[in-house]
Amino acid sequence: MDLQTITYVVVGISFALYIGIAIWARAGSTSEFYVAGGGVHPIANGMATGADWMSAASFISMAGLISNMGYGGGLFLMGWTGGYVLLAMLLAPYLRKFGKFTVPQFIGDRFYSKSASTVAVICLLTASITYVIGQMTGVGVAFSRFLGVTNDTGIYIGMGIVFMYAVFGGMKGITYTQVAQYVVLILAYTVPAIFISLQLTGSVLPQFGLGGTLVGTDTTLLTRLDQVVTDLGFGQYTTSVPGSTLNMFVYTVSLMIGTAGLPHVIVRFFTVPKVKDARSSAGWALVFIALLYTTAPGVAAMAKYNLHATVNSAVTHGGDLYAADASLEFEKRPAWMKRWEQTGLLAFEDKNGDGRIQYYNDKPTANAESKAKAEAAGWKGNELTVNPDIIVLANPEIALLPNWVIALIAAGGLAAALSTAAGLLMAISSAVSHDLVKNVINPDISDKNELLVGKISMAFAIVLAGYLGLNPPGFAAGTVALAFGIAASSLFPAIMMGIFSKKMNKEGAIAGMLSGLLITLLYVFAHKGMFFIKGTEFTDLIGGPNSFFGITPEAFGAIGAVVNFTVAFLVDKVTKEPPEHIQALVESVRIPRGSKAVDGAH
Amino acid sequence: MESNSSAYWKATLGLLTKILIIWFLVSFGAGILFAPMLNNIHLGGYPLGFWFAQQGSIYVFVVLIFYYAKKMGQLDEQFDVHED
Repeated sequence: MDLQTITYVVVGISFALYIGIAIWARAGSTSEFYVAGGGVHPIANGMATGADWMSAASFISMAGLISNMGYGGGLFLMGWTGGYVLLAMLLAPYLRKFGKFTVPQFIGDRFYSKSASTVAVICLLTASITYVIGQMTGVGVAFSRFLGVTNDTGIYIGMGIVFMYAVFGGMKGITYTQVAQYVVLILAYTVPAIFISLQLTGSVLPQFGLGGTLVGTDTTLLTRLDQVVTDLGFGQYTTSVPGSTLNMFVYTVSLMIGTAGLPHVIVRFFTVPKVKDARSSAGWALVFIALLYTTAPGVAAMAKYNLHATVNSAVTHGGDLYAADASLEFEKRPAWMKRWEQTGLLAFEDKNGDGRIQYYNDKPTANAESKAKAEAAGWKGNELTVNPDIIVLANPEIALLPNWVIALIAAGGLAAALSTAAGLLMAISSAVSHDLVKNVINPDISDKNELLVGKISMAFAIVLAGYLGLNPPGFAAGTVALAFGIAASSLFPAIMMGIFSKKMNKEGAIAGMLSGLLITLLYVFAHKGMFFIKGTEFTDLIGGPNSFFGITPEAFGAIGAVVNFTVAFLVDKVTKEPPEHIQALVESVRIPRGSKAVDGAH
Repeated sequence: MESNSSAYWKATLGLLTKILIIWFLVSFGAGILFAPMLNNIHLGGYPLGFWFAQQGSIYVFVVLIFYYAKKMGQLDEQFDVHED
């Protein structure tokens, strides 16, 4: 069978599986729709959380980013996993004890204020919608690259599939589909990684392979990689830092508290039967996430090594990287390079006209030694541009793995994008139907009608997400920073203070959320333009780019959170303390005894 | 009962503090601040600071959550606030 047919078969089987599960797990009540009836086993819930969490970005882009950044890429690995420690200890068990359907509902009840819950709804919707756009574009890319349909058709098919199981199944359908999607995506990620690790280092596990020795030599993979990249003028792989150590530090903090504050992740812990289960479920979620996250650095380094080895024969055979015959002849390039040239993600330009590909760092940042060598060798600039997303997608092709492995990558990428999209749509629909319609507009709505409103708002959200995926606003790339920034600067501090400070009142919480949110938006917009419109950047007004101690806008969420906490405590000091029954509520949330099934009643 | 629940909360906060210190030390400490120093030590083919940033801290996080879940279960029993 040719590659195209195998891909259709593998993706077709995975889709049939998801739809089958959706039919089996239809939601009949609001409780099943919002929180899967609160009866999901902690291990299954952990797996579903893993699939929900690991998006198209984790699956496709993360290893590419690490590959480019080297050591500094560790900030994504630590940030996106360390957040689960915070979630497990500071938020999840207490929110489960509180026993309601949504995050804004907790904020509204704890701070005895509909304004507080409305601010939370706005934060939630902004964070979730910006996040879902990326998933839909991811679905489009995966379809168009692997199934040979157009980007648009890909997005329509994706919308249809999500519609089937999310609208009819609600949280119950989504959770059990995500369990299946997790299995697909983790196989798709680890199988090629194991093959490549075996080829390069002889270790089965990429976690050991990354620290292993290259087959047939006594040099370790990382030592050789460091030699090659520094010789070619790039920063040393095992030590290069993004910006400064301070920026890496703050960036990691932002990702950690942003992870803990993302509403579509938090609601996962409302679906388990007990407080005890919420604690262990976070641990299981991290086990399943760690399987991918500890594999990713191996994939990143090995793909970088393989790429350099492909275009420069001196990488594996030793000798001078700048020797005239070491660089790959363009006419002899492997088939996978030709395939990816068609997508535009890989491009070659013969600047010195020698018919060979020279791949090195030609930027002014390169070290003097490599500049001199390149000049002596008659190199006229870097001739190969590689989009980082290729690292995972083309990895099996670079390592010359069989076709079924390549097909598996397609199914895995789709599983990652679809599962995350479904989780986000669930968070959006419950915020609209439960927190806005039931809580604010029509409190007397019946269970049955609320379920209907929930399904309708989910359908709307899918259409909106699909529309934005088809017509991605120019700002798509900058939005992930915004989603994490909002979660870190507004939601996380508010929830945490609601649990850990008995005296925190509504004035403090609202002032804190708003100021954290505003300062983060200001800093992000100053760099990326007002509402991400090109040309409206105003970095001069805040004193130049990264003016706050060299911190990049992506890393600013942590500063927003500090502002949030500070303002909240100052305002809290000068306003009156919360009523008795709220302080009693906080007392009861802190203790597991008396937890009951999650429900939405007010 | 009142004193019981405040003792329980105090014990909980004590446990949280302990775990957060380890959480901070492996990621921000070993993975970032002290990474250049630790890179002089090798773990197999890994420089140690690099290992903490890209592998080690994640393993420690997993252990921390399960340790927390187990310890909290014991505290629940000890202060008689566990679920039925």
